[in-house]
Amino acid sequence: MAIKVYGHPFSPAAKRVLLALAEKGLDYEHILIDLATGQQKKDPLISINPFGQVPGFQDGDLQLFESRAITRYIAHAYADKGTPLIPEDPKKLAVIGVWLEVEAQKFDAAGQKLSFEILVKPIKGLTTDEAVVEEGQAQLAAVLDIYEARLGKSKYLGGDDFSLADLHHIPIVSNLQKTKVKAVFDARPAVAAWAATLLARPAWQKINAA
Amino acid sequence: MVVKVYGATYAACPQRVMACLFELGFQFDLIKIDLQSGEQKQPQNLLRQPFGQVPSIEDGDFKLFESRAIIRYYAGKSASQGGTNLLGETLEERALVEQWMEVEVNNYNPLIYTMVLQLVVLPQQGQVGDMELVKDCKGKLEKVLDVYEERLSKSKYLGGERFTIADLTHLPNTRFLMEEGGMEDLIKRRKNLHNWWLDISSRPSWLKVMDLPK
Repeated sequence: MAIKVYGHPFSPAAKRVLLALAEKGLDYEHILIDLATGQQKKDPLISINPFGQVPGFQDGDLQLFESRAITRYIAHAYADKGTPLIPEDPKKLAVIGVWLEVEAQKFDAAGQKLSFEILVKPIKGLTTDEAVVEEGQAQLAAVLDIYEARLGKSKYLGGDDFSLADLHHIPIVSNLQKTKVKAVFDARPAVAAWAATLLARPAWQKINAA
Repeated sequence: MVVKVYGATYAACPQRVMACLFELGFQFDLIKIDLQSGEQKQPQNLLRQPFGQVPSIEDGDFKLFESRAIIRYYAGKSASQGGTNLLGETLEERALVEQWMEVEVNNYNPLIYTMVLQLVVLPQQGQVGDMELVKDCKGKLEKVLDVYEERLSKSKYLGGERFTIADLTHLPNTRFLMEEGGMEDLIKRRKNLHNWWLDISSRPSWLKVMDLPK
């Protein structure tokens, strides 16, 4: 199979890539990297990602790491397949680019902190630090206030259509909605509606059923 | 049309945008935002950048924020008009450029940003920076720079054989590391990384940014 993804079911970054592939209706081989035993620091993944993180990706001879670079590649290379994830118009693409940065830097900082503290730590036998959770929620609230204003003016973050900018949020939004942090989303009606729409997407349902 | 860039000449993210515009030959006017007095958080700037940061741009009616989104837009514009191509020629080249843009944002920037806060911003506000945190960041940065060293042993620039926005995006933070950061040894000890830095930091576009009055 030409497309391979080296990932793990708990990894939001890996899910980002799988979701992009599902939106495009593309076939791929998923190779499980056992994070519990440190397989990410060994071949085959370490040769693809020298930082030793999932996901790794292959499309024929092309090898990539960094989930958001991989999804950008999928969006461009398979522009004519499945769901359009990026527009052709450069100005519309640039606006999506703004919200791709916001997700990667601002949303993810708060979201990952919370996801790790509440969901990942217990799996590793560690105790959730409620002070960090409170701090994370405040951080997330500040970001989602800006999202609320944005989504009051535009159906999706990048504009009227679903795009990569929305897609990148889905794995962490999904994680957080399983926790008390859901309240931070629910307190903001436009954000809550947007989150519900994203999680209802058939491609996301398909990824999680697998 | 002259692009308006809202920011400051000494701030990293505006520098990223200005270097790119110089590289591509797109004229711009820098409209100064007084960061020391917190002008970036004032209502007028929040209309341009809802997170209260710099830079933002206005190109006629078209507005953008996030420096890395801005440079991607102008790099795309230039390439599509048959001008300087800082994105990569093929889909695969562009993907590799994107990969190293992501590495900068995820693996490099957070460490440098933390150090800037502790070494420059907090002291300016009359507070003491956390030197243990700086030491921790430095340790992590050593491992990250080992990856860069390995990459640059195989290709002249991060994306491949040509200078692209993947290299350009590293200019402001690396300059900080070499100067206020006092960590030039991290770069100088790594032969390929050091040669790469000497190359990209001597580009006319970067020298022009450095020459802008503070």
